[in-house]
Amino acid sequence: MEKQKVEQIIAKHKSEPSALIAILQDVQEEYRYLPEEAMAIVVDRLNIPLSRAYSLATFFTAFSLKPRGRHSIKVCMGTACHVRGSGMILEKIERDLNVKRGETTDDLKFSLDEVYCLGCCGLAPVVTIDEDLYGQVTLVKMPKILQKYS
Amino acid sequence: MRPFRANLMICGGTACVSNRSFDIKKALEKEIEKQGLDDEIQVVTTGCNGFCAAGPLMVVQPEGIFYGHLMEKDIPFLVEEHFLKGRPVKNLMYVPPETEVPIPKMNDIDFFKGQILIALRNRGLIDPEKIDEYIGREGYYGLLKVLTSMTPDEVIKEIKDSGLRGRGGAGFPTGVKWELTRAADGDLKYIVCNADEGDPGAFMDRSIIESDPHSVLEGMVIGAYAMGASQGYIYIRNEYPLALQRLLIAIDQARDYGLIGENILGSNFSFDINVTRGAGAFVCGEETALISSIEGKLGNPKPRPPYPTTSGLWGKPTNINNVETWANIPVIINRGANWYSEIGTETSKGTKVFSLVGKINNTGLVEVPMGITLNDIVNKIGGGIPDGKKFKAIQTGGPSGGCIPAEKLDLPVDYESLAKAGSMMGSGGMVVMDETTCMVDVARYFLTFTKDESCGKCTPCREGIAQLHRILTKITEGEGTMEDLELLENLANVIKDTSLCGLGKSAPNPVLTTMRYFKDEYLAHITDKKCPARVCRQLNTYVINAEICASKGHGCGVCRRECPEQAISGEKNISHIIDQEKCVKCGVCFDVCKFNAVTIE
Amino acid sequence: MSKLKIEDLQKINEKVRQTMLLREGNGRARITVHMGTCGIAAGARKIMDTLLKIIEEKNVKDVILTNSGCAGLCSREPMATVELVGEAPVKYVDLTEDKIHKIFVEHVQDGKIVTEYALAVGSERTH
Repeated sequence: MEKQKVEQIIAKHKSEPSALIAILQDVQEEYRYLPEEAMAIVVDRLNIPLSRAYSLATFFTAFSLKPRGRHSIKVCMGTACHVRGSGMILEKIERDLNVKRGETTDDLKFSLDEVYCLGCCGLAPVVTIDEDLYGQVTLVKMPKILQKYS
Repeated sequence: MRPFRANLMICGGTACVSNRSFDIKKALEKEIEKQGLDDEIQVVTTGCNGFCAAGPLMVVQPEGIFYGHLMEKDIPFLVEEHFLKGRPVKNLMYVPPETEVPIPKMNDIDFFKGQILIALRNRGLIDPEKIDEYIGREGYYGLLKVLTSMTPDEVIKEIKDSGLRGRGGAGFPTGVKWELTRAADGDLKYIVCNADEGDPGAFMDRSIIESDPHSVLEGMVIGAYAMGASQGYIYIRNEYPLALQRLLIAIDQARDYGLIGENILGSNFSFDINVTRGAGAFVCGEETALISSIEGKLGNPKPRPPYPTTSGLWGKPTNINNVETWANIPVIINRGANWYSEIGTETSKGTKVFSLVGKINNTGLVEVPMGITLNDIVNKIGGGIPDGKKFKAIQTGGPSGGCIPAEKLDLPVDYESLAKAGSMMGSGGMVVMDETTCMVDVARYFLTFTKDESCGKCTPCREGIAQLHRILTKITEGEGTMEDLELLENLANVIKDTSLCGLGKSAPNPVLTTMRYFKDEYLAHITDKKCPARVCRQLNTYVINAEICASKGHGCGVCRRECPEQAISGEKNISHIIDQEKCVKCGVCFDVCKFNAVTIE
Repeated sequence: MSKLKIEDLQKINEKVRQTMLLREGNGRARITVHMGTCGIAAGARKIMDTLLKIIEEKNVKDVILTNSGCAGLCSREPMATVELVGEAPVKYVDLTEDKIHKIFVEHVQDGKIVTEYALAVGSERTH
């Protein structure tokens, strides 16, 4: 982790406690998680206790305290996807990649998460991998989709 | 400027983009150039057209011809036939399932017929990244009108007279809220646009921002003028990258034009807008939690009063409206309260945007007048239930709402009628359920969501919902008892009465409405240990009927090949067998068997 | 970009009005050029191009120009149909650049049918 990069991120925002969430979002985007050292620098610059950063980091789902995988798999659990069987898709990925929802594979290749509604209900059930969106996913199609990323 | 003779309006909403509509656009442009038509025909990317089920789609103007399910390979033929030779291509048009006759014009398709577009007035007509096109549709005329000819009090009166109520869920009269904010003490006031659309199954706010971001900005500037606010915030959900991008472009353009910022349109009124990204917490849709989050703090709700209108963001008077509410404002000002209040019912004026999803043919975004019946939405606009299945229920209001059964389909859609039926308007998600949807599972599903999203501050919500969820899980696994039903109801009412914020207060609604209208399904799970809809997997066993498989299917092996767990064994001409140990009860074999040899027991 | 003044909003609106009318399908007049294979062979593209030029030169904003397929009278191509709002469509045949120019000025702009080039009045609707 480079200290300078964190400083650059902080410099883009106002040095006020109210900017904390926005700064952490940028840090998360940069490192795919919130490294402890980075959080320490941020709270130091904003002159607030580290506990505040931790409380936010554990409250909002956008943040992670552990390193995340290179590819982020999100299975939509919106209502439309649910009634069209997205739960089965999620379980299938869990079995195939040997990873639980909310966690990352040991080789740091994939992180698997549930997400509530991506707003593409017409394509339900929906899975996204990084920026790619897959609609009308079936149990049969899923392994082929995952193959593209390994 | 040399005019074009045709504009091809390609849908650039999230669902169509996911279906590669940008590739279709490129292919069109290439082919149009090849045919030498590029100075006659223009291709335009618009926001969400609404008819997501037909995507990727485009509308050809001025004729209004609708093409759906486009593929790149269709484009050369389409360009030559329609745009060179003037013969619209029938097999790319929409075909309603019941008649099988293609319908050329968008406005003749049932999905579009019953709609009245106010909040979505520019849908499919403008490029959301071009402010001039918004102005070309009389955009910012409402702002011009208030700045040149209306006092703030007159603006508030107009909004009050229009009868507009908050489109985010609770339905509080917008004009009254504005009046309270204006009357509140304090020289510094804020307004906020709530774009933290969190209800699963709802995407109207995202679509409005994606297709017409300036309508929201203009509404906010008008509101700021009326309430005397100098700073506005838009709190947008993190999962909406395309909406965020278009919003930021729109704000830059409006600022360049001096439509936000210092001395708007040369007047002495100044107002600016900031964008705050949400960080993924459903509770932040609740207004006090949202305010906390903008302040950089935990998204915890606070007890009200004081209401944000007197003490909101940084303790200052703050008015919060959602995206759809703001998008209605410019039109109400421009065309007047009288015009607006003639649409809708006695207590619910105007239109409402709904996202129509689930087990329905015409999935998409619709804007309909208040008072329309659920039946018209489901069967006329929505085109009914796919695969000849039977309608069972429609869920409105997201996790805070409830399920309305088939016998109440002629219910008019307005705030009061939905509440009386035990549901609510909510932000506008409508999820259609058919005979293959299990209502106990649906209740459990929503409770899974609210359990995960409860902020944990108050006990009834944090512990109560978890307990409701545990009982429901027990029932779906066939372990429920009759006492559980009583417990569910008691506990649900306690949570309703004692939770701190709206999330907890409304969380039991899905349980209460499904118990009210679908008690027999609960009883089937408890006494017969059966899931009538065959959804609750612990209660299902998939079995292959040996005789049918061997005699009719001749052991075709499709199920064996498709089974994701290799749980099926068998050979040609011999009946196949499911290994119940390996079976995960996914239902693929049931779906793929052409001979109906797979049964659920 | 400079900041807008009150009167600028109207100017921008006028600038894009032609495009908006096209997309809304709302014009005072609609001209349909018949562009089947026969029409194209007979020079329909040229007619279309001329019309686009006229509309540009005259800065007309309320006329919609569109194409359709073969009108079924191949020997009289190129053909075009002019339809003013609230009036019956008029079909013109054997068009040339000069003829379409005259039709545009007299019929589309001034509302007087050019009878010597017209085949029929009110024979069919184009939309």
